[in-house]
Amino acid sequence: MTMWLAVLAACALAYALKLAGYLVPQHVLDIPWVHRVTPLLPVALLSALIVTQAVLTDEGRLVVDARAAGVGVAVLLLILRAPFLVVVAAAAVTAALVRALV
Amino acid sequence: MTGEPTHHTDPDPARHAAGRIPGDTAVIRKSLGVAVATGLYGVTAGALAVAAGLSVLQAMALSLLLFSGGSQFAFFGVIGAGGSPVAAVASSTLLGVRNGFYGLQVSQLLDVHRWARPVAAHFTIDESTAVAITQVKPRQQRIGFWLTGIGIFVIWNLMTLLGAVAGEAMGDPRTYGLDAAAAAAFVGLLWPRLRGRDPLAVAALAVIITVVTAPLVPAGVPVLAAVLAALLVGLPRRRTSPEEVAAP
Repeated sequence: MTMWLAVLAACALAYALKLAGYLVPQHVLDIPWVHRVTPLLPVALLSALIVTQAVLTDEGRLVVDARAAGVGVAVLLLILRAPFLVVVAAAAVTAALVRALV
Repeated sequence: MTGEPTHHTDPDPARHAAGRIPGDTAVIRKSLGVAVATGLYGVTAGALAVAAGLSVLQAMALSLLLFSGGSQFAFFGVIGAGGSPVAAVASSTLLGVRNGFYGLQVSQLLDVHRWARPVAAHFTIDESTAVAITQVKPRQQRIGFWLTGIGIFVIWNLMTLLGAVAGEAMGDPRTYGLDAAAAAAFVGLLWPRLRGRDPLAVAALAVIITVVTAPLVPAGVPVLAAVLAALLVGLPRRRTSPEEVAAP
């Protein structure tokens, strides 16, 4: 029962946060500095997320492992202008191979 | 950015007869690609939830109603490690704050109708935002957001069910490199956006802030601290326009 309450509370809070971004009034978004900063927010958040997923452990330590190898190959392929799906598939195969071999 | 005309003056003369605008195919393909790559990873959301002691129904409730990978993993991560349900809710909520920031930008970009906002909000996650912001034309920003969001929602939930019911039989999804695929998908999504000085500076600063703060603060905080990167780069400018599209 407690677990269900926690699950539903987490769901409600997550949705409230998602909705909050849409409820900010237009005149606030039109303030020049807000207008300059908002397009940069996704770039900042996604960059941070990539680092977290590629080279950080759950405890926040830097580590180069199969994930980093996969993402490294992905970056290389992006530089070579490979299609998106090729990039993603290559990253998965690389990480799987590194884990199988190491 | 708001009030875009319903009829586009398309600079490209090679317009297809079917009413399809050039570039549609590209964004559709990208959205479906992201949906598949991310959706498949949903199997972990089911497998890990059940492994942490949640029921199949609870795992499904998280994928259907919470629908934000990072928050879901945080939730059963805390439970699995023996943490309290309150701590699980707190940790999951912390990781969900970034979706609020995404909503700020997506609602501007897509000019979402008032009545559609509660629906758009549910599909506002990392991937749908990333696909939308990397499109140039408003029409394709819309296609990218909705197709990616709904596509992931469908596949993510089907895979969560599969993972929750048959998780143990399939083994660790990391064996197949699915975690690296998810990370690589974000890199691929952000890639076209990393043009011009401002986005590059923001990305570099965000990386530094995340790496430096990660060992010191709870999970979820480093990604939020990276908001500082956007503020540091975006705030000082007084005269120049916010367009970061520099002449080639």
